[in-house]
Amino acid sequence: MIDVIFLLLIFFVMTFKISSQEGDFNVRMPLSGGAGAADNLSVPIKLRLRANADGKISDIVVNNTTSFGTDFGKLRSFILELTGGVAPPTPEEGQEVEIDFDYDLGYSYVIQAITAITGQKQGDEVTRLVERIKFAPPRKPQP
Amino acid sequence: MRIRQKFDTKVAEGDMTAMIDMVFQLIIFFMVLINFSQDEQNEKIKLPASELARPADAPLKNAITINLDVNGTVYLGSTVVTVESIAPLLRTEIDLLKGDGKTAKDANIIIRAHQDTKGGLVQDLIKKCQELGFEQFALRAKEEDRRS
Repeated sequence: MIDVIFLLLIFFVMTFKISSQEGDFNVRMPLSGGAGAADNLSVPIKLRLRANADGKISDIVVNNTTSFGTDFGKLRSFILELTGGVAPPTPEEGQEVEIDFDYDLGYSYVIQAITAITGQKQGDEVTRLVERIKFAPPRKPQP
Repeated sequence: MRIRQKFDTKVAEGDMTAMIDMVFQLIIFFMVLINFSQDEQNEKIKLPASELARPADAPLKNAITINLDVNGTVYLGSTVVTVESIAPLLRTEIDLLKGDGKTAKDANIIIRAHQDTKGGLVQDLIKKCQELGFEQFALRAKEEDRRS
């Protein structure tokens, strides 16, 4: 019996893998003009993310007017000011943000931008700010 | 005259109880922590980190997990394709959903994309899914390491 127990132990030790917890950012994106679009008349904020030649973030621009350089913290401050730091009553309500980014921009920067606009973490408390996110059509590089 | 042995020849046996108890506790520890859901994960994918990434309270319904590596290769189950050629696989998934009385709108596409992949490839992937009627997407990220 001890042999079997040791074999079990070896099996579990070998198959054990320490991995980080994973979470999702939910994005509801029906095809343009689809019936699934939320019934919300507010104009979406246009968030433009520009990339340099290496695929790194070079500029964050909101509504073609306000530039935050490469500082996602400033983007969060802007969203906090806009929403008053209050979560929308339901995920379908509240402000919508359309993210328009260069084709070559690294995906991690897109997630950083989504993190900055969707919520704020204070200690273990997470305040949701913007739940409605959509992507602009891809900007395919010109041949 | 025979010389009598002065010491006892019985083999000394240690008490194994404590060790077995400990081994059982170790087995229980590993059994509880083992994560079989890693079957949907791909070793080649290094997810982007986010401080807001938290495991969902309940698993997503009708989830279809798509892994996208840094070169733009798509892994759907055990099948390896490109973003451009994913449509037939997704149609198969839609047929499976129809068998359960569901449509593409009821499905949740979980996108596990590598952190260094081009954002445009993720957009292309979403667009391909949208064209087939999928509406709900979940962009997966790993919990940010607080030490970093």
